[in-house]
Amino acid sequence: MRIPLSWLREFAAVPAGATAEDLMAELVKVGFEEEAVHRPTDTLQGPIVVGQVLSIVKEPQTNGKTINWCQVRVVPEGQEQSLTGEGIDPSGVQGIICGAHNFVEGDKVVVTLPGAVLPGDFHISARKTYGHLSAGMIASVRELGIGEDHDGILVLSRIGLDPEIGTDAMELLGLYDQAAEINVTPDRGYAFSIRGVAREYAHATGTGFTDPASKVQAPAELSGGYGVKLNDDAPIYGKPGCDRFVARTVRGVDATKPTPPWMTSRLRLAGIRSISLPVDISNYVMLELGQPTHCYDLDKLSGDIVVRRAVAGEKITTLDDKERTLDVEDLLITDGSGAIGIAGVMGGAATEVSDSTSNVLVEAAHFDEVSIGRSRRRHKLPSEASKRFERGVDWHVADIAAQRVVDLLVDLAGGVADEAGTDVGTAPDAVTIALPEAFAAQRIGIDFTEEQITTSLVDLGAVVEKADGGWTVTAPSWRNDLETKEDLSEEIARLVGYDNIPATLPVAPPGRGLTRVQQQRRRLIQSLADAGLTEVLAYPFASKAANDTFGVAEQGAARSAVKLANPISEEHGFLRTSILPGLIEVAKRNYSRGFRDLALFESGLVFLPGETLGTPSIPPLGVKPSDEVLDALYDGVPDQPLHVAAVLTGHDSPAAAGHTPRLWDWSDALDIARLAGDVLGVEVVVSQGAHQAFHPGRAAQLSLRTGEVVGYAGELHPKLLAAHDMPARSVALEFNADALFEAAADVIVARYISTFPVATQDVALVVPQEIPADQVLEALREGAGELLEDVALFDVYAGKGIEEGKKSLAFGLRFRATDRTLTADEASAARESAVALAAERFGAVQR
Amino acid sequence: MTETLPGAAIPNPTDEAAITAAVDQAIAAIAGAGSLDELKAVRLAHTGEKSPLSLANREIGGLPKDQKAVAGKLMGSSRGRVNKALADRTAELEAQNDARILLEETVDVTAAPRRRRAGARHPLSTLQDRVADIFVGMGWEIAEGPEVESEWFNFDALNFKPDHPAREMQDTFFVEPPEAHLLMRTHTSPVQVRSMLEREAPIYVLCPGKVFRTDELDATHTPVFHQFEGLAIDKHLSMADLRGTLEHFARQMFGDEAQIRLRPNYFPFTEPSAELDIWHPGAKGGPRWIEWGGCGMVNPNVLRAAGIDPDIYSGFAFGMGIERTLMFRNEVGDMRDMIEGDVRFSEHFGMEI
Repeated sequence: MRIPLSWLREFAAVPAGATAEDLMAELVKVGFEEEAVHRPTDTLQGPIVVGQVLSIVKEPQTNGKTINWCQVRVVPEGQEQSLTGEGIDPSGVQGIICGAHNFVEGDKVVVTLPGAVLPGDFHISARKTYGHLSAGMIASVRELGIGEDHDGILVLSRIGLDPEIGTDAMELLGLYDQAAEINVTPDRGYAFSIRGVAREYAHATGTGFTDPASKVQAPAELSGGYGVKLNDDAPIYGKPGCDRFVARTVRGVDATKPTPPWMTSRLRLAGIRSISLPVDISNYVMLELGQPTHCYDLDKLSGDIVVRRAVAGEKITTLDDKERTLDVEDLLITDGSGAIGIAGVMGGAATEVSDSTSNVLVEAAHFDEVSIGRSRRRHKLPSEASKRFERGVDWHVADIAAQRVVDLLVDLAGGVADEAGTDVGTAPDAVTIALPEAFAAQRIGIDFTEEQITTSLVDLGAVVEKADGGWTVTAPSWRNDLETKEDLSEEIARLVGYDNIPATLPVAPPGRGLTRVQQQRRRLIQSLADAGLTEVLAYPFASKAANDTFGVAEQGAARSAVKLANPISEEHGFLRTSILPGLIEVAKRNYSRGFRDLALFESGLVFLPGETLGTPSIPPLGVKPSDEVLDALYDGVPDQPLHVAAVLTGHDSPAAAGHTPRLWDWSDALDIARLAGDVLGVEVVVSQGAHQAFHPGRAAQLSLRTGEVVGYAGELHPKLLAAHDMPARSVALEFNADALFEAAADVIVARYISTFPVATQDVALVVPQEIPADQVLEALREGAGELLEDVALFDVYAGKGIEEGKKSLAFGLRFRATDRTLTADEASAARESAVALAAERFGAVQR
Repeated sequence: MTETLPGAAIPNPTDEAAITAAVDQAIAAIAGAGSLDELKAVRLAHTGEKSPLSLANREIGGLPKDQKAVAGKLMGSSRGRVNKALADRTAELEAQNDARILLEETVDVTAAPRRRRAGARHPLSTLQDRVADIFVGMGWEIAEGPEVESEWFNFDALNFKPDHPAREMQDTFFVEPPEAHLLMRTHTSPVQVRSMLEREAPIYVLCPGKVFRTDELDATHTPVFHQFEGLAIDKHLSMADLRGTLEHFARQMFGDEAQIRLRPNYFPFTEPSAELDIWHPGAKGGPRWIEWGGCGMVNPNVLRAAGIDPDIYSGFAFGMGIERTLMFRNEVGDMRDMIEGDVRFSEHFGMEI
């Protein structure tokens, strides 16, 4: 909402020298955030005066244009030019070149004299042009920054003005005024008016306030006016769409009369363009009182006005000349011809006022907030009127606003008001709220005095009556946001000032600290960073193709994924089922920025829809749903486990003198997955895997001891890397971190540490190529029995000396007993039994 | 050593002058040895089997009995002197040698390679931990919830009326089909509702996490961002408690000079509601108030939705953006830096914030 200061000053005690900034500094105290300052003088400086064109000499030019060499009087005849400066003619007559032709000798115009500055940092000076010294400019509204029309210069008689020569044109056109733009929160519809803001200014400053409504003399009752019926047969939430309709008629208006500059200036500062006198008046009254009104051409109406819901397929052409198909929920203003307006949103083209209009019907109605909001959204028609109706308008101000429009049409457009008028509808019940004595103090933490409480509420316009144990408060009719005692406590705090709220620190009950899972997650993320990886955060939006490739292991299987109804881009219209696609995008971005060695990781949720998706309905607000309903809500939310993924490409460290970095390879991906298991105390079992996003021969499936598959690691598929412009041999891993967290033991039981001497034995086994080393190691472990403390693979060899299709695996075995020193024979026997089991399972032969 | 050439005269072990001369000669040679190798040669020449002193010593056996004692004494002390000189010089030269080797092993430490690659946390993640730790220190719990959420938890339970503008598609990502009433949470407040349903009052929880709004990415907006929201439900909580909590938190985050300011505002889920500003003495371009978040006293309808009696319990809630906090606390000028994943952004922060 933009507040022109001159307007506000009519109703509130705004000091003469106050600026828009001063105003905003006051209003912010009562909850209106500052948005912007609108001040013509920031870009416009005088001298800019009224001049009269004495003579025009038309001078055709070689380029085919004709320019006018004008003599313009800028000081009344017989008076001296008081201005001095370069280009100011002491005679009071300026010679000015002008290209426009929409004026004649004798016209009064706006002259920007040398020294003036126009919007766009355009400095006016006397300059040689077309063979003359042109000392100033005859201005158009566009050049003055007060309108779009630049077909010609501004001739003052055409806007109804005949000022004295030499008058300060900036004063005349209201250009010294300024406006403060404030943000009005959606609950405060009343503040979309000078009336509302003036009252708030009074609250903020503790000064006086005059209600603009009190200045209007409206008849106590209206009758005999234009026929109006309120026929809402489908109220929303049981509330009628229209509960008041005031219609007034004014005859013999001259709709072509110019709108006076004081009005256009205020409208412009408020952000509203001047259209025509009747429309400007309607807008002016809306800004002043907060009540939108509409002017119809009375002669274009036929039959009674009926306010009703639309019928299926009904159409209307609105003021913006667009034909719109209406919804049965749309509330309409209709007459005998059909729809003449979407109630509270936009009027129809067929009955709008035009230059030829002489009889006007003024509508000031009160509509249901929800109904208007829905129509506005449905037709994407945010208008000044709908903005106010959606937030709530004072039911009691409709007749006053209509009267104010009528008065202005009479005063400015030369109309005559009919005495008869229409006012139909039923006032809603006033809202009364019981406010217990101590409630506000308890909720706010300020020990309010009784006077602070009652004065604040009375200042708002509420009626406060002493009741048992507190007060009964009747909310003002313009404050539809006041419904509960909590609402009143806010108003009291707001008027007393939030700055007066003290600070006390409540003590929470003894806490539990971070939960186990929260600690596990932190440790996991930190350990990956400690291991040299860089954490990034990508968006969770993914394409269908990415989900189908990364979200599921088997080639060609489609991944069921959550689709968004209104994604940012159709391409990324789904939620991710894997972290990797986003991470690869990030890697690619870094790569294209010149970073060749990368180790990136991300932890985040993936979205796995189950059999049920959501709920067909949701319970109402303000009531705890039943356990069944709550369970259904919980069950409808897709599973969203925490995944961790990493992508590595290039080298493991920067090359340096004395250091040859190593290329990341498939085994690094496995290593990181195992590290993740280590820091969580969970064994990550690696086995030969197959996943369509990975190299078919270089992928590992990651699982838990229980057999549950938790992820994949290895080299990304070469085709996939090529398709993503990623370097060959880039590697990746991804696992379900929640599954790891859950697998971690609650308590780790200590192991007995034997201090008897160790006996180590190595063994080399030849097995067929396809036998996984891990399984051979497992056989050794089992076969060796309890004397084995540890076994590790330390060499893999194939080639010379080994039969084709076979490989040699070398293991180191460490034996130790808990109760004695092992003899060499005992250790050898254990080794032999280990080898025997490997031989039995895989035909392993000792080398 | 020319003096020890074979054929040189063997000194008489009773000739004190001759022996002393041989000792002096040996000591001079020892002192003159410049390296362990030279010293070895000197040692052989002056204490070896063919050295004058050894030869003279061997002569003692052939001496008359009465001279043996004298000669023995003379030779013993003489050879002792030489041996001591040798030992001293050896130690000296060994020390010199050790020192020289260490000196020769000098490297240019400034040319050392970095073999271990430094990893990094994303600063949004680090900051989130920092905030959580402050509240954990105050005895609060950290609560989390799903990012795709039922519309009821995100809106209705928080007293958003069905026609509230925030529920429109232009602000909120809805899951297809919209009739399923699922959406991407627009704030972490649904976690507050879940917390209230899961716990018994009193409740003190902080809910950090990702949230989503349909904004296009630019320097100051992103469709995916992070928030932390706090909720306290207890008997007799007031706005003064809210202010005290926020003030304590602000001082932990920004130092003892930090101040906060509350301005009236509107949110469906709180009444009264306030906008929270923080006085940032270190702000770029000079100290000033910075809009930090929203807060207020929990609307009784929100308590009712979670089955908490508003006549017994009251509560306060607040919420701030983590991106916004990072922007003004660490002078991040462009939101896109936090999103794009450029390694320079995270690596500049390392593990700290």
